[in-house]
Amino acid sequence: MSAHLTRDDVAKVALLARLELTDAELDTYTGQLAAVIDHAADVAALDLADIPPTAHPLPLVNVLRDDVIRPGANRDEVLSQAPSVEDRRFRVPAILGEEP
Amino acid sequence: MASIPTTAIEIAAAVRSGELSAREVLESHLDAIEAREPEINAFNLVLADEARAAATAIDERVAAGEDPGVLAGVPLALKDNLCTHGIPTTCSSRILEGWRPPYDATVVQRVAAAGAIAIGKTNLDEFAMGSSTENSAFGPTRNPRDLSRVPGGSSGGSAAAVAAGFAPISLGSDTGGSIRQPAALCGVVGVKPTYGMVSRYGLVAFASSLDQIGPFSTTVADSALLLEAIAGHDPRDSTSINAAAPSLLDVLDQGVAGLRIGLVTELMGEGIAPDVAARVRQAAEALAAAGAEIGEVSIPALSYGLSAYYLIAPAEASSNLARYDGVRYGMRVDAATTAEMNTKTRTAGFGDEVKRRIMLGTYALSAGYYDAYYGKALKVRTLIMRDFETAYKDFDLLLTPTSPTTAFRFGEKTSDPLSMYLNDICTIPTNLAGHPAMSVPFGAGSDGMPVGVQLMAPALAEPTMFRAAAVLEDAAPPLEEAFQ
Amino acid sequence: MTLNLTHEPIEGEHFTITSENTGDVWEIVVGLEVHCELATVTKLFCGCPNMFGDEPNTNVCPVCLGLPGSLPVLNHQVVELAMRLGRALHCSVEPSVFARKNYFYPDMPKDYQVSQFDRPINVDGWLDLPDGTRVGIERAHIEEDTGKNTHAGGSGRIHGADYSLVDYNRAGVPLVEIVGRPHIRHPEQAKMYIDELRAILLATGASDAKMEEGSLRVDANVSVRRVGDPELGKRCEIKNLNSLRSLGRAIDYEARRQVDLLEEGIAIRQETRHWDEGAGRTRPGRSKEEAEDYRYFQEPDLVPLEPSAEWIAAIDAALPVLPAQRRAILAEAAGVGATESGVVMAVQRGLDGLALAAIDQGGEGRRVLTHVEHNLAVDGAGSLDPKHLAELVGLELAGQLTATQAKTVLAEMVSSGSSPAAIATELGFEAMDSSELEAMIDAIIAESPDEWSSFRDADEKRHAKLQGFFVGKVMKVSKGQADGKAVTAILESRRNASS
Repeated sequence: MSAHLTRDDVAKVALLARLELTDAELDTYTGQLAAVIDHAADVAALDLADIPPTAHPLPLVNVLRDDVIRPGANRDEVLSQAPSVEDRRFRVPAILGEEP
Repeated sequence: MASIPTTAIEIAAAVRSGELSAREVLESHLDAIEAREPEINAFNLVLADEARAAATAIDERVAAGEDPGVLAGVPLALKDNLCTHGIPTTCSSRILEGWRPPYDATVVQRVAAAGAIAIGKTNLDEFAMGSSTENSAFGPTRNPRDLSRVPGGSSGGSAAAVAAGFAPISLGSDTGGSIRQPAALCGVVGVKPTYGMVSRYGLVAFASSLDQIGPFSTTVADSALLLEAIAGHDPRDSTSINAAAPSLLDVLDQGVAGLRIGLVTELMGEGIAPDVAARVRQAAEALAAAGAEIGEVSIPALSYGLSAYYLIAPAEASSNLARYDGVRYGMRVDAATTAEMNTKTRTAGFGDEVKRRIMLGTYALSAGYYDAYYGKALKVRTLIMRDFETAYKDFDLLLTPTSPTTAFRFGEKTSDPLSMYLNDICTIPTNLAGHPAMSVPFGAGSDGMPVGVQLMAPALAEPTMFRAAAVLEDAAPPLEEAFQ
Repeated sequence: MTLNLTHEPIEGEHFTITSENTGDVWEIVVGLEVHCELATVTKLFCGCPNMFGDEPNTNVCPVCLGLPGSLPVLNHQVVELAMRLGRALHCSVEPSVFARKNYFYPDMPKDYQVSQFDRPINVDGWLDLPDGTRVGIERAHIEEDTGKNTHAGGSGRIHGADYSLVDYNRAGVPLVEIVGRPHIRHPEQAKMYIDELRAILLATGASDAKMEEGSLRVDANVSVRRVGDPELGKRCEIKNLNSLRSLGRAIDYEARRQVDLLEEGIAIRQETRHWDEGAGRTRPGRSKEEAEDYRYFQEPDLVPLEPSAEWIAAIDAALPVLPAQRRAILAEAAGVGATESGVVMAVQRGLDGLALAAIDQGGEGRRVLTHVEHNLAVDGAGSLDPKHLAELVGLELAGQLTATQAKTVLAEMVSSGSSPAAIATELGFEAMDSSELEAMIDAIIAESPDEWSSFRDADEKRHAKLQGFFVGKVMKVSKGQADGKAVTAILESRRNASS
């Protein structure tokens, strides 16, 4: 049920999280994260098939707001915080995605 | 010049009555900051000019016959993960350096509306991830009681600011103990309210289902005052409880006669320093002497608390911290493509502990591991809540240490993250359950450093918790008194 | 590699591709995923205007920009409209939760999308197409839209663009994603499904459903299998379908492509493909540089949604009569099948109320529908007095007006509002007597001997065309007073006599 976390696992999650690790960092993090994951082996080993998950401590439901316009942010103030802006839009380097 | 009182209640009373001006109160605190801040480093930013303008405005209102509110003229320090309009909010991270939010957090609005003077933004472990404030990108904060020791964390700056007399009160945030543990280590009062009692709007998220804002102060009454001012429903936070703020100041003198208070077996044995455990027993005796019934209670699921927490909190954090991508605000390290830019920015902008938790959380949520880790942790959360429910059938409050040890020295635990995480063993369970808890100073440990005892209560039972805290405050041995 | 494939015409539910090489008969299987923007005043989680076409980055706030510390609060009207749509699609409304779908993309301010994953609000419904097919709806869930990237430099397209500019006005606009089951069997049916869905979206007020403005977006999951094969084939998801025309063409192309590959013995790779309208083909999406792992988990900043039975009942009570039901009602009144084009068109044009009233006033059903289908695709048709339409049909059936005259009278009825009898009199319409008509036709035949001999010897296909030539001439000479049916009958009798 619980697995020992490997260097490959760390490399994979770093990629998913958009973090770059040097080889040395990869080794260090693998050791540190594996220690935490090993500590969590007690939890991973529990048989909790009949226990419902609790994602949230509050029993609240249906918190809704009215469909009414409220003042937003000042565009210039927002754009002034951006690393790069052009034509009142946020400028980013080329996007290599999957859209044509 | 009249001598400046040390508590928020006294200051507000004096300012409201015109006995003291907000301005002279502020200057005395700015003097204290000037004297000791260089060695303590409690602040990322001291807002001297803004505070002076705000204090002057308070004084003008008093002069005009207005009442500026329950916190009139009280200097207050804000953890630097609370958004302040137009004022840098860094979370002690390079990635947010220079960011000026276009809005105020709800608590920032509320303390300002109550007349408080924001005196500065306090240091923290980067994005509130840590237990020593050593993870700040802007250098560690030092414990005002002993500069060779950590102040605890993550709200180390807010705790140290109060302990050093830079401000009588401050605000921090508590995800797994980040208010209570530094309060204990610095010898001040710190409160984590019931989840949902204080709006999280404008608190930069670490782990959304666990984060809660709360007060620091030198007295129990000041924390009651500040919590009353910031609590209450906020329509901008879906997880805000739809109820009025509790009355706390009014119940402080009601004592604990007849209250059933349980010592938690699992948090009194292995892993807890003997001097700390002894202080907790002494606190129990003090409560018994005041008329409470003391018993022992076992909460078996607590043994899984730490593991569950260190899966849930990083999982949520890994998602909450995705937005620091160099596109809209904060730092950017440029590159040829957006994906590379994201990666380079995050790699340069986040510190080690943040990276560790992001990766841990990403792992716990990733395909193939979700059920074994994150999914299991959510079920453990259910077990912990059930065990608490059982315990609270027999007890009104629970009593534990706040931290397993007194303040440790710099660098002692930085190379071994797990040993650092073990610091949170006593504080984590209430975050998982969403319950309130607070740390009250109760004498010194064998090293002469402050010990904090923790009171835990069921959801929304803050009034009961504060009654017991007031009794402990009265019974606490002076810090100067050597540990026997 | 080319295979000769022919599309069989649509016959009921079966539309197949027959390989001329192997003789195998293939069936197309399509499931559509539709994203539609809900017609709310404000966005899903904040009070910014939900408005198309405003100046860039004007409808933004800390919440929809995903600024640190901001928190979402769910818009009541989003839930209302999503449930309205769900109930109109015969879904069951369930307690639901929001989840975060984690992936990096610059148009997504939080680098996760708030959506619904394992517990969506609407599940398990269906939609009846005008051709009688019932298409299952797996789910219709709520999620947030992204901002918009404009690619600058290079070609202006994403590949080869030097950089992009991001506008977050659309970020956080409420969407419902409607996931249809793979019950669609041909391109026309896919288009019909979208038309029907659009009619439902409009009727319920859930969305303005404009494909050209992107408020309705369609992805098609296309697979093929040999007829009779119970297993579904490997599917490809086709994106970038910006019009109904693209949708039909893309499905057609993609199905042929897949049959091509399978007949060559090449397995279909499950992938996302993009429709290139200019080239008329689908292309594989650029493969992502990292594996997809969305790491869904419950959104901790929002609480669960549990609409009360009372709320759902109120929505049911207020639902308008929907297109399928309207078709059934009209078909019954007119005494025709619900899949007949007159019925379908009447409902599509919103003229079923007029048709029903005209039938109620004694108008003959089929004739009323013919007018609605062919002669009333005009502005103002809806304000026509149904009594007048019934009277018009009566005059026609009594032989007092030809079909052509009736059409002219009808146009005048729409513009003037007068009664058909009055208009007919004013225009001097009366049906020509048959000897007059026969003489006219004989004269026309004599004028066009070449055309006549072609017509006489024509095969079936050319026959219709040449008949049209002669009918047109007669109509021109008679100034539209000749009855089309009578003309055809006379032409045929002359043709039979001379061959």
